[in-house]
Amino acid sequence: MRVLGIESSCDETGVALYDSERGLLSHALFSQVAMHADYGGVVPELASRDHVRKLLPLCEEVLSRAELDLSSVDAIAYTAGPGLIGALMVGGSFAHALAFALDVPVLGVHHMEGHLLAPMLEPQPPEFPFVALLVSGGHTQLVKVDGIGRYTLLGESVDDAAGEAFDKAAKMLELGYPGGPQVAALAEQGVPGRFVFPRPMTDRPGLAFSFSGLKTFTLNTVNAAKADGSWSDQTRADIALAFETAVVETLAIKCRRALQETGCRRLVVAGGVSANRHLRKVLSEQMGKVQGEVFYARPEFCTDNGAMIAYAGCQRLQAGQRDGDRIWAVPRWPMAELPPLDALCEDGLREPSN
Amino acid sequence: MKINNGVDGMAWGDWETLADADATEAWGAALGRACGNGAVVYLFGDLGAGKTTLCRGLLHGLGHQGNVKSPTYTLVEPYEDIRPRVYHFDLYRLADPEELEFMGIRDYFSGEHLCLVEWPQRGQGLLPSADCEVELQVVGTHRQLRCRACTREGKSIVMRMQQAVRTS
Repeated sequence: MRVLGIESSCDETGVALYDSERGLLSHALFSQVAMHADYGGVVPELASRDHVRKLLPLCEEVLSRAELDLSSVDAIAYTAGPGLIGALMVGGSFAHALAFALDVPVLGVHHMEGHLLAPMLEPQPPEFPFVALLVSGGHTQLVKVDGIGRYTLLGESVDDAAGEAFDKAAKMLELGYPGGPQVAALAEQGVPGRFVFPRPMTDRPGLAFSFSGLKTFTLNTVNAAKADGSWSDQTRADIALAFETAVVETLAIKCRRALQETGCRRLVVAGGVSANRHLRKVLSEQMGKVQGEVFYARPEFCTDNGAMIAYAGCQRLQAGQRDGDRIWAVPRWPMAELPPLDALCEDGLREPSN
Repeated sequence: MKINNGVDGMAWGDWETLADADATEAWGAALGRACGNGAVVYLFGDLGAGKTTLCRGLLHGLGHQGNVKSPTYTLVEPYEDIRPRVYHFDLYRLADPEELEFMGIRDYFSGEHLCLVEWPQRGQGLLPSADCEVELQVVGTHRQLRCRACTREGKSIVMRMQQAVRTS
């Protein structure tokens, strides 16, 4: 089955073509980061308007790179949520209109399931079961994965997501958007040990995260440096390193606990923050010590993309799951509510019919 | 905790010190109790000043059981498990107030709901006016807060808070 995947939940417009026999055929991405950088973050309606402009050319590009045309598309998958409502509606309308015209099945899939399954596009994909750490601008979650659609939430952030904390720390350190890569780059110049930040919620049992306190700690440290005259490029870099180290070690500690609690030996790390090199290094060392394995998507598939949506959609469409006439756009959608692969779903994944 | 405000209730009250995040949450809980029938509350203050912390205290005070996540990426987080229903907005990333129309802003501000709005200045012109305003600021490692009423309803909210403090 050849599935066209469409991602438009937030910043990026992504389109990809995935073939269940031959794997990923082609993919294309148009990032709106340059446009949003002027505003210091995601601007919801600017995002949805720009998805309109980008979807059709991206779709054509993906087909021409694969040397195929629309008649070779067997099914269509799009991101139905979670995300910004205006942005989701653009992708959903596009997917449903195209599916109607081509008379092929269409399915609205879960954005975070896409991220979770993105490592399946790599040459050595993980086997089920595994523990997944999902870390992005909007999410920080640990999930036990027993199979597609069989998810148990182990813990999540009670306030800010890790990626959001990076964005806010970047703002305090007078850096631009997106904050993660810029804080990481600045941290490379930092001297370890000059500042030590707390590891929130690691001193008590449990798998919940909290990054709001780290934001306050960063702000206090920045203000103290400005007040005592020690604010300089070196100080900024030292704070960036202390902040990044605190986030990375907190994530690593919680991953170790989640693996112990579930008895899993495989860890999958997905979402934008999973591209962070410092995080990868710490997690690889940690998994090496316990003879476990850690899996990532390639860096370009850590952030939002169409390939993960085409892949996730293909698994479910092949199992016979599909939308009815209804276009799904679900801004808030807990992943644990997704139906398993063997559930009968003829009107979308939101409400399985059995 | 003390609730100070000007002679007519409409001027800014004095700054009061919030020692830590727990104090900010306690202030939020008191505000929630005083806003029994819904209201529009604007929250001013820089990144990290404690706006979301105050909202967390308010929501837990009204009986919300779960997490209170920052609405920075979603623009609005609804809390429909409590009464009054609470809608927590963060307009930090709004570029143009007109974008509020695309969100269906009018549906949220029905009068029966409690709407908490962080960064209301980004929605100027289209955002319904506030019943009361709260401003937070960072001073060293602690926070300061002041509030004022903007409408008659806001005035009763502030008065209810003052009474609650007197009887506590």
